[in-house]
Amino acid sequence: MIKPLNVFVSRGLSHHPDKRQVEQSVTDLLALDPRVKVTMIPNLYDLRPDGDAYSQLKELDEDFIVISWMFQRAAHWILDRNGVLGQTGEVEFGAEEDDDADELEDDILEEEEKQRVIETLDIPDRSIYCLQFQHPSEPQHYVDEVVRIAESSLMQWISGTPDQDKLDRFLNAEQRHEPELSAIEEKAGRRWYPVIDFSRCTNCMECIDFCLFGVYGVDNQETILVEQPDNCRKGCPACSRVCPENAIVFPQHKSPAIAGAPAETGGLKIDLSLLFGAPDAQDVAARERDEQLMLAGRAPVEESGNANGSPAISMEPRQVQNVGADKDDLDHLIDGLDSLDL
Amino acid sequence: MTQPLVFMMGEFPAEIPADRQYAKNHMWAMSDPSHSTTIRFGFTAYAVRLLQDVYFLDWHFDAPAPVAEQQEIGSIESKKAESSLYSPLSGDISSFNAQLLADPSGINVDKYGEGWLFDFQPSDHQTDSLLSADQYVDHLAEVWEITQRTIKGQLN
Repeated sequence: MIKPLNVFVSRGLSHHPDKRQVEQSVTDLLALDPRVKVTMIPNLYDLRPDGDAYSQLKELDEDFIVISWMFQRAAHWILDRNGVLGQTGEVEFGAEEDDDADELEDDILEEEEKQRVIETLDIPDRSIYCLQFQHPSEPQHYVDEVVRIAESSLMQWISGTPDQDKLDRFLNAEQRHEPELSAIEEKAGRRWYPVIDFSRCTNCMECIDFCLFGVYGVDNQETILVEQPDNCRKGCPACSRVCPENAIVFPQHKSPAIAGAPAETGGLKIDLSLLFGAPDAQDVAARERDEQLMLAGRAPVEESGNANGSPAISMEPRQVQNVGADKDDLDHLIDGLDSLDL
Repeated sequence: MTQPLVFMMGEFPAEIPADRQYAKNHMWAMSDPSHSTTIRFGFTAYAVRLLQDVYFLDWHFDAPAPVAEQQEIGSIESKKAESSLYSPLSGDISSFNAQLLADPSGINVDKYGEGWLFDFQPSDHQTDSLLSADQYVDHLAEVWEITQRTIKGQLN
């Protein structure tokens, strides 16, 4: 008997009846499919690390699927932060079909060669597939994708000597007569915290320098991490804006770029306002941080220092303290922003 | 006429004619010979290349109207991008190019000619901040990395 593939359905926060209907229909269809084992969980982002859902997720050492209302990057790195590690499983469903080859990117984007934190991480060789609920959508499409993943995942697992009979029986299984479905109930209050995408993060430390609420820290390898997620100020995405690699995701933010939309432009239009003379992201981020400081009863960061003349806590990258050191890419970026003269 | 300068956007050559001046927000500026206080503005090849096919152009008010430098004056949408538009200088916008409002693809067809954006009467000394073609190409070299980052969505 081949084990069915685990599918976790993360319930969204929205009570929109149509969205609930999408969740329910997909879950009901999957519950009838003997190739998968479906478990409903509360909103993945809000789960407590010490709760039942995570203890069950941590026990798995094989491939599994999560379907949530969040972008793939967001869901994947939420799991990672909470100790559920795996390779990013390739999801075909919902992938943007870019009808015309993107000549702009082909022509003008230079390949960057930077070391990303992910290259230094020890990630187990199993895949986690994060599918994103969308509304409106056709429930059967999710089921088709889940079955596709179940089949390809199975092929990898039994790459040695597949027993053809078992395989056939698994792949051509009849629907269950009765749905099989489990659910993990967990009281999960709303949370708000940043999630780091380590496939993009370069450990530049801009975020830890910028955040004045003690959200970020470093591990014993001096790698950045979200150390105190619940110190984060609800609604504030400012550190995401200062991240030069767009590696910081706030999964519930309304702007897709901050909520973890694919870094490629597929489907989303590029906003060129910054290039065409708008106030820049650093200014927006500083304003957002000031608002949160004032809400917390603290003084906003002044650009020119405080009343007694001592310097204010600054937004400068720590590299400026390395007097005489060669400028790195980050310094050039900051210089470039200054020279924009916006 | 002298040869235009060229800035290489990766593989793509953006031509920067030497017969006019430039603003840092990627607009060209050219005096009207018959009316020397008026300056005509339009998008540079660099801007048009970033936008690609323009689908929609809108101005927030009717001309003539006074504007401040960096004031938001309109918006543009193309196949690949969208952007708010900002005034390059302080002064008065005397007229917008009416043809573009009917069909904004004129920006793609003839950016340095019939695809001009607006005519402008700058306040005193405002034009001092405009760049020569050489200076603009230098400016492009400086902002090129930021441009690439923006295209990749790295500056939210």
